[in-house]
Amino acid sequence: MQTEEMRLDGNAAAGTLRQVFATDVTSALTTCTACGAVSPVGALLEYGHGMGIVLRCTGCSAVLLRVVRSPGWLRVDTSGIAVMAIPVGPIEPH
Amino acid sequence: MAQNTVDQPAAASPRLEWRVAKVVDVREETPRARTLVLDVPQWLGHSAGQHVDVRLVAEDGYQAQRSYSIASPPEDARIALTVERLDDGEVSPYLIDVLRPGDGLEVRGPIGGYFVWDVMQSGPVLLVAGGSGIVPLMAMLRHHARADEARRARAPMRLLYSARTRADVIYGAELAQLADDPTVDVTLTLTREASVDWSGHRRRIDRAMLEEVSWPSSENPRAFVCGPAPLVESVATQLVELGLDPARVRTERFGPTG
Repeated sequence: MQTEEMRLDGNAAAGTLRQVFATDVTSALTTCTACGAVSPVGALLEYGHGMGIVLRCTGCSAVLLRVVRSPGWLRVDTSGIAVMAIPVGPIEPH
Repeated sequence: MAQNTVDQPAAASPRLEWRVAKVVDVREETPRARTLVLDVPQWLGHSAGQHVDVRLVAEDGYQAQRSYSIASPPEDARIALTVERLDDGEVSPYLIDVLRPGDGLEVRGPIGGYFVWDVMQSGPVLLVAGGSGIVPLMAMLRHHARADEARRARAPMRLLYSARTRADVIYGAELAQLADDPTVDVTLTLTREASVDWSGHRRRIDRAMLEEVSWPSSENPRAFVCGPAPLVESVATQLVELGLDPARVRTERFGPTG
């Protein structure tokens, strides 16, 4: 399953993350609990697999976010994110 | 900073749902890449750089899902996806070998708010593509081309596109046409072209090439880098070393493809 053109960053996880956060979070800034690095979600490293998504810190590779799909449930672990800053309001004209 | 009177995240949007799009046209771009033109019901439009998720369901219920960048500009009602065939892929061989006009395809989107660009944003833009990473950047170039001259001049674009051989260059003819416009510059580099006729660059993108092509950092350009992860990471690092603002260098990694 990993053989195909799996994107390797948070941009690919955006669709699933929208089910969790009710908005696009690829521009949201995450602070890594482990090392303090700040990165937009779109730039985080994604390790996709059949069951869900793992997003890792570009600085220290710690897991920031885990989403696992199972029938009837979407399990979300954001314990690796110390702070998530989601932009509010029109930041860029559409 | 503009104050928001409503406490609502910027990109709050209608529920992201799977819909069955209809394939209205297919176009062979290169021996390995094909464009699918889709009519998506209740499509509300997109921004250049966004993608859709595509889902295939087998008879036994097995599902495979992949993301594909939208190649068409927001100005077009139908969306175009350009797909490159991976021989051992689960989804691309179906999209390239099997799907035909008239067929349905489950899609969800548009998705993405980070790797997007709008022509209303002024300032020079650097686009760097490796292989099929050209697709979302093409949406940006096409969107730019639809704007009037004054707006195009306020956001001049430079593209650096790395492909294996001339036959692998997607949208070659259209890129040459876009480059006729004084506000657009296109530079190609081929890493495995055997023909002696090619007089352009013949190596992987490196710092010297970026320095040659890129806008000076004093112009505070925005950069969008898309392609295989190693290329994206190396280019993004080098652009920052050249003085570009890291917050203005946006990346989108594609998986193991060329």
